[in-house]
Amino acid sequence: MAEAAKLQVSDEIAISIQKMNKWYGTFHVLRDIDLTVHRGERIVICGPSGSGKSTLIRCINALEEHQKGSIEVDGTLLSSDLKNIDKIRSEVGMCFQHFNLFPHLTILENCTLAPIWVRKTPKKEAEEIAMHFLEKVKIPDQADKYPGQLSGGQQQRVAIARSLCMRPRIMLFDEPTSALDPEMIKEVLDTMIELAEEGMTMLCVTHEMGFARQVANRVIFMDQGQIVEQNEPEAFFNNPQSPRTQLFLSQILGH
Amino acid sequence: MSDTHEHSVAFVRTTEIPQQTAPSSAAGPVKWMRDNLFATWPNALLTVAAFYVIYLVLSATLPWILGGLWTTSSLSECREVLQGRSAACFSVLTERWNQLLFGFKYPAELYWRPTLAFLLMFIALAPVLFFDLPRKLLIITGLFPFAAYWLIWGGTVWIPVFALVGFVAGYFVYARFVAQNFAAGFFGGIVAAAVVWYIGGFAVAALAPATPFLEAVPSRDLGGFMLNMMLGLTCVSLSIPLGIALALGRQSSMPLIKWICVIFIEFIRGVPLITLLFVASVMLSYFFPPDQTVDLFVRVVIMITLFSAAYIAEVIRGGLAALPKGQYEAADSLGLDYAQSMRLIILPQALKISIPGIVNIAVGLFKDTTLVSVISMFDMVGMIRGPILASTDWNGVYWELFGFAALLFFVVCYGISQYSQWLERRLATDHR
Repeated sequence: MAEAAKLQVSDEIAISIQKMNKWYGTFHVLRDIDLTVHRGERIVICGPSGSGKSTLIRCINALEEHQKGSIEVDGTLLSSDLKNIDKIRSEVGMCFQHFNLFPHLTILENCTLAPIWVRKTPKKEAEEIAMHFLEKVKIPDQADKYPGQLSGGQQQRVAIARSLCMRPRIMLFDEPTSALDPEMIKEVLDTMIELAEEGMTMLCVTHEMGFARQVANRVIFMDQGQIVEQNEPEAFFNNPQSPRTQLFLSQILGH
Repeated sequence: MSDTHEHSVAFVRTTEIPQQTAPSSAAGPVKWMRDNLFATWPNALLTVAAFYVIYLVLSATLPWILGGLWTTSSLSECREVLQGRSAACFSVLTERWNQLLFGFKYPAELYWRPTLAFLLMFIALAPVLFFDLPRKLLIITGLFPFAAYWLIWGGTVWIPVFALVGFVAGYFVYARFVAQNFAAGFFGGIVAAAVVWYIGGFAVAALAPATPFLEAVPSRDLGGFMLNMMLGLTCVSLSIPLGIALALGRQSSMPLIKWICVIFIEFIRGVPLITLLFVASVMLSYFFPPDQTVDLFVRVVIMITLFSAAYIAEVIRGGLAALPKGQYEAADSLGLDYAQSMRLIILPQALKISIPGIVNIAVGLFKDTTLVSVISMFDMVGMIRGPILASTDWNGVYWELFGFAALLFFVVCYGISQYSQWLERRLATDHR
């Protein structure tokens, strides 16, 4: 079924990054990044820590500012114009390593907040949408609880539902399972796989290589702020070209 | 058979053992006393010693309080009645009751007006303090300052009406433009309000009747505990929003705003409140034309508000700093704009963290309102130190007067503190 999903990739370009560079002070974190993502594509980004993979996807919704080059999301050029940034952010959903749910709001309120205030959806309709997506991530019964009462896996699934309530065209995942216990990783990955099968355009920073094999169209390996290698998952895992990729893969797959 | 049965492990109960009352050593007051008062020898000794101290204090104060006189008309009369016996002379409180509450110049036949304002205050505060009440009640809260102003100061009704209209106009302009640009809405609102007030100034002069419905009372006639309550309530409710604005401004990425806030906060925190009050009472008038001056009450409110706002700003900054960066990022990533993410995500959490600190400052501010007595405003302490103790009738009654003042302040401050603890429990959703 994953194979069937892969066929949905269209020619339409969702994200186009050209010659993008970013510095933290004098430190050159991202160097000449070129990346084109088509609609429906699912990309897994991996690499050692500090390689700039999180920074890369955080540049796509302008949580981080880039200094050189261009990023175009859904045909909108990311500039310092706040209107463009807000437009892109409302089209691009994001899930964080530490979930970042709003602890002072219930699960339902977490999910309805952005649709009500950003999309101006009527409250009742927003709640229906929220319940729809909470059912999709299989926790509709927790809607009235607060995030602090949920397990990590449940919180991350709420975070996914919260993003989906904005009906994003692109989803970014920043190490969504790194802060979870092994048994909770599965429930989150299952949710993400389901999302992938529906043809969502996804960029996912993760070390879950099983997930990459199953759903990714493309795996990108980054090191020291550069894209070192990218390929289809089969070729990437079975026949890595660059020595750095080989070393990385032998380390994470070796144990 | 019976032989084997005795050694068998099998057992079936056929009768219920009825529940019995616990022995007195395991429950009830005896156990409580043994656990808490006489657990060990040193513990028992301390208990006895503590009871002795309590006895000493009460045996000295209780007869003094209970034997107090309430109906004499001067301290010398008290002394005559007591004939050397030691007892309180509370008559000063009954005789000067109105002066303690309203000051010595507020017209006696108008006491109902501040009293009514005081009662309205509870209705106005209720929806702010208890957010389970219907939100529509906030309209009353919004109208209260204008109604209270009219009741306490009296005079033409058009002044509070135009003040209110100015705020409403400012709000509508703000709401109209804020969606496009926060700064445009903010400054547009201020300009709109200022225009209304400017026009209102002429309108009031034209509309004001010769004899207003409520007789006008000048600010210098206000006094007593009423003045403390007015200063406390006004300054707390003004300094919290100003403190929030300063705290957010200090975090701003715009250097100009950031530095204005930093300099303001650091300057105010480095100056004693009493200096600011002297500036308000004496020096500010040098900056106005001789025929025009801002009311002393307003000047004092401004100074106390600025003073506590600087402190509240720092407390809130602590709350903002305590929030994980992820909360800002999550709000950003959902496409909320700055005003929305602050109002819906950041401030509700930061303010919750800051509650103890804000309450601390609010309580301190309320007690600091007694400092206005040094710039010859007759608040409660000013009344006691001035007109009451200086009178020949009551010269020398210290304990009763200051004890009463302490009691009134304690009641209000303890109330604030209890409310804040209730609020913290009510807002606890993090389930740690």
